[in-house]
Amino acid sequence: MTPVIVLKRIGMAFVTVCLATVMTFVLLRLTPGNAIDAWARDYATQFGITLEEAYRRIAAMINYNPNEPLHEQFVRYISGLLHGNLGVSMVYQQITVNSIIANAMPWTIFVATISLFISFVIGMLLGVRMAWKRNSVLEPSVSLFTVITSAIPDFIFAILLLVVFAYGLNWFPVNGAYDPFVTPGFNLDFIVSVLYYATMPILTFVITNIGGWALMMKGNAVSVLGEDYIIAAKARGISESVIMNRYVMKNAMLPMITMLAITFGSMLGGATLIENIFQYPGIGYFLGEATRTRDYTVMQGIMLFLSVTMIVANLIADLVYSKLDPRIKVEG
Amino acid sequence: MRGMIDFFRIICHNKRSLIGLIILVIFILMATAGPFIFKLNMTVDYNNRYLSPSLEHWLGTDFAGRDTFIQLVHGSKEVLLVGLLAAFFTLFVGALLGTLSGLVGGRLDAGIMLITNLFLTIPSFPILIIMAAIFSIRDPISFALVLSAWSWPGLTRAVRSQIISLKERDFIVICKVMGMSKPHIIFKELMPSITSFLSISFIMTMRGAITGSVGIMMLGLAPYSPTNWGQMLNLAVSQTGGIFNPLGFIYLFSPILCLAFFQLGSIFFANGIDEALNPRLRG
Repeated sequence: MTPVIVLKRIGMAFVTVCLATVMTFVLLRLTPGNAIDAWARDYATQFGITLEEAYRRIAAMINYNPNEPLHEQFVRYISGLLHGNLGVSMVYQQITVNSIIANAMPWTIFVATISLFISFVIGMLLGVRMAWKRNSVLEPSVSLFTVITSAIPDFIFAILLLVVFAYGLNWFPVNGAYDPFVTPGFNLDFIVSVLYYATMPILTFVITNIGGWALMMKGNAVSVLGEDYIIAAKARGISESVIMNRYVMKNAMLPMITMLAITFGSMLGGATLIENIFQYPGIGYFLGEATRTRDYTVMQGIMLFLSVTMIVANLIADLVYSKLDPRIKVEG
Repeated sequence: MRGMIDFFRIICHNKRSLIGLIILVIFILMATAGPFIFKLNMTVDYNNRYLSPSLEHWLGTDFAGRDTFIQLVHGSKEVLLVGLLAAFFTLFVGALLGTLSGLVGGRLDAGIMLITNLFLTIPSFPILIIMAAIFSIRDPISFALVLSAWSWPGLTRAVRSQIISLKERDFIVICKVMGMSKPHIIFKELMPSITSFLSISFIMTMRGAITGSVGIMMLGLAPYSPTNWGQMLNLAVSQTGGIFNPLGFIYLFSPILCLAFFQLGSIFFANGIDEALNPRLRG
């Protein structure tokens, strides 16, 4: 990949980020004006100030004043963003959107990373074995599993796990991210508690993702198995397990690295329903809460944050892929 | 007519697609004829709550004494209607933009692809729930429009690549050399070649739209119909109408099973369509 193409990709990503910013601005403009009017009236009576002063103070808090002309609103919005300020929550006016995202993000990233890792590794191993032994029972059973898990939406699995393991068997907690009686920090109790509370969200992602990875891996592995160097390796008498793990696995994994980054990006956004079902305090849970209470500034901030994360994930996938596989010719 | 008979012969020949077809037909009957046969009564009746299945109430009653089966039937109408409309809007926009982009090329192509890529890189489910909150969905048409607003880009890109690869094939080049008109080439030569692809996309978009709509409903963001499967799940899970009390499990599991069977039916049927309409696969 030449530097020109790298710059071009980064430029494209930048344009997409700008467009996404404009989109969230438009979204905020669609906010029913009366939400802010009501807030301003309350604010004016509460602090004994004029209505205009109240609008001015609110505008300073959320980077938005519906009474200004459009271009001034846009300038205010952008300058807020450039200062890294997403405003305060419209429902809990002491809490900034930045702090909500900063508190919620680690939980979502934690669950997404672990479940991605587990499902990727299991999928890899299954896929290679499926390609290696074509006529075993593994292939039809994994295919069936994949059809079922891709047909049933992930939030349905979440409900089933919740009903069976949390409410039915009482094996796992119903909500939260850790035991409220454990002191958060770097101690064994806390870590165990966090893992225990995250088990069901992770399990949901793993169940619904394994099949896809396995089938994708199988497809890649089958085409790798047809390559000359595999036949040559067999002819040289290299043992099966070495061929499978070193030759096939490594080469078939390459194209999937891209998918890994993209899936990670989309998992952050896709976690919304699952986090709401388990009431797991990640970013999706707060997005759901904000939407239910019509907390427009939080909605807008989380949306913008997720979009940027996904754009960056896609960019990294693009750049890393061509680095990993020298055979790929990248077109500008 | 012969084409139709052939089509169904091939569908019936393939066991998977036959099962898919049967499942879909059952759901379509349930959604179209069902609401006329079973009258919905949503009055709360606490004396008859959590009844077990009986001849009078086929699937028992829910947490407020209302017949679960009849709610399920009326819900199927809502769910399928939203899915159908969303798939229709998506297919229309996707096929139109994809064909334009692929055929015309140049600046138009670059512009359409820029917008498509923007839509594809924005996480779709979060924006869906935000739009659902802002536009306060009250009817199936607006719900379908919101859902299709984020499903057309994928289809546009797929149609575009199909058209581009077809454009260079011999038979299209020959048509051009023979001086056939543009509309003839588009509608008589190009379109039939992507019919199978478009029908599969239609079913798959509908599948996705139904999952999305049930998800949004489950979060309680489009509460315009109490019997929609998503709303039933919302009442069962968030409003605890069916997860604490084992007697409420039928109310919780019936929409789940319906959803799962519908999705499976769609996948199986789509597999069959590919074989029926794509002559190259028949061999």
